[in-house]
Amino acid sequence: MTAAQRPPAGGRAAGEARRIGLLVGGLVLLAAVAVVSIGVGAHRVPPAEVVRALFDYRGTNDHVIVRDVRAPRALLAAAVGAALAVGGALIQTLARNPLAEPGILGVTAGAGFAVTVGSALGLAGGQGGQLLCAVAGSVLAALLVLAVGRRAPLRLVLTGVALTAVLGGIALGLRLMNPDVFDAYRFWSVGTLAGREQEPLTLPLAAIGVCLLAALALGRSLNVLALGESVAQTLGAGVARTQIVTLVLITVLSGAATAVAGPILFVGLIVPHLARRPAAGSAPWLMAYSMVLGPILLLAADTAARVLLPTGEMPVAIVTAFLGGPMLIWTVRRYGAGAL
Amino acid sequence: MSARLSARDITLRYGDRVVATRLSLDIPDGAFTAVVGPNACGKSTLLRSLVRLLRPAEGRVELDGREVGSYPSKELARQVGFLPQDPLAPEDVKVRQLVARGRYPHQSLLKLWSERDEDAVTGAMAAAGVTELADRPVQELSGGQRQRVWIAMALAQETPYLLLDEPTSFLDITHQYQLLCLLAELRDQGRTVIAVLHDINQACRFADHLVAMRDGRVVAEGRPADIVDAALIKDVFDLPSVIVPDPVTATPMVVPTLQGE
Repeated sequence: MTAAQRPPAGGRAAGEARRIGLLVGGLVLLAAVAVVSIGVGAHRVPPAEVVRALFDYRGTNDHVIVRDVRAPRALLAAAVGAALAVGGALIQTLARNPLAEPGILGVTAGAGFAVTVGSALGLAGGQGGQLLCAVAGSVLAALLVLAVGRRAPLRLVLTGVALTAVLGGIALGLRLMNPDVFDAYRFWSVGTLAGREQEPLTLPLAAIGVCLLAALALGRSLNVLALGESVAQTLGAGVARTQIVTLVLITVLSGAATAVAGPILFVGLIVPHLARRPAAGSAPWLMAYSMVLGPILLLAADTAARVLLPTGEMPVAIVTAFLGGPMLIWTVRRYGAGAL
Repeated sequence: MSARLSARDITLRYGDRVVATRLSLDIPDGAFTAVVGPNACGKSTLLRSLVRLLRPAEGRVELDGREVGSYPSKELARQVGFLPQDPLAPEDVKVRQLVARGRYPHQSLLKLWSERDEDAVTGAMAAAGVTELADRPVQELSGGQRQRVWIAMALAQETPYLLLDEPTSFLDITHQYQLLCLLAELRDQGRTVIAVLHDINQACRFADHLVAMRDGRVVAEGRPADIVDAALIKDVFDLPSVIVPDPVTATPMVVPTLQGE
């Protein structure tokens, strides 16, 4: 090979170095946000004390608060943020639509429906009961949507939207007829992390962790799937398999996140957009950046939700909605109505 | 003439619509095969069946005597490369990254990116003449440049077979000829090239082996100089013509006799 045939300086290696640098920067920011988030609240813990509580536990009052309350909540926020963000990145990649978000698969509506019905039947009394109902509802809704709409992404989205409308209508009717159910549902539906850290969370967190790793591994196949189904298939990627695995991941990620934190909108829509520019068309990097940015966003929003109101806590979903509205407009303006 | 890739009595159909019935074809190794025929004669469908995008309802497509359907996906993808008419270039992707995706069948979860992948991508970009474009976003390129980038991606796949569905369709005449010269070079380097082409004269000039199709049947196949005459063009295209030697290459050149009054 002659010198003239060599790629211009700054080829693959430089691009990779930049991406890795950005990822490391994101992780540092995530750690900083987590420390601040853990420290802030009704009782303030200074950042240095937070770090000490995590790595050199002495059992002081501050340490107990950090260990037993704040750190689990931060972990929960990070996991939910990552799950929603990666779920959004996956559905947007799969549907080739920058405005898609996991809710269009009917997962959120399924969870809401199940919580409503569970409350009406007296099954979803405590928070644990609501969690179980939400998990069951999101899984059943997703299975139904996947069964009806399998093999055709468009049909799938239509099925999800239709199911969302039907379940939403029935659930609304039940709630309007029954004030007690309305009250129970209201607490779940605001989308908050407050108090949720005290619930049994091992299973949802483990499910989210496994799915995040799987999403990273799936990135290469999504990369070739983005070149069109013909190209993907002749490159040896199992097209149908990749699509189905992606849908399962989206379902579990958003189902688990919704089940533990209630419906939190917009994170799945916004974060992939922020991650898209540095990822520059690479699906594995889109997943990695979403995995870092999602937790940052949700931790920051959760922290803001705790301190913005002098009288007490605000549901985190309200903070993300305030962020999400303008972002949605920005997205539509950037991509044009054609993206809808 | 040996042929590793062949179709044996294949019937092709989409749902109830039969495109081809009991079609047989041998693809000569190391040659440039051009498939020509009128619109909707089944030439693209035939190509898709050769790369397993469409499974024959009957009959079999074989590579080395083994049905292509029985190959694991990645193993087949290391043998046969395919470029469809309208591949999708995702937003923001740079040329080098797109070409690198041609390495997919050579990689796995445990064997991500190797020196060999790097060399294949660099070599493919050089062969397709897109080295200078490596850091440009694909969507900013002109039609001719983009088509060469896609060819580079297929070359990075390092397959003995390269199949292309109307690769010249969206190109101006200069880029059409440049692309066909590139395909001829690839043939000279030992690849087997199979392309669906629209222009019969280009096919006659560049192809070693011509396959003329109509209504899902192979009407004639062979060296262009051996099979192209006015009767064949009438049979295949319903077009009255005279055949003259191409003044540059002496290959057959079809000159239609229809003229406006």
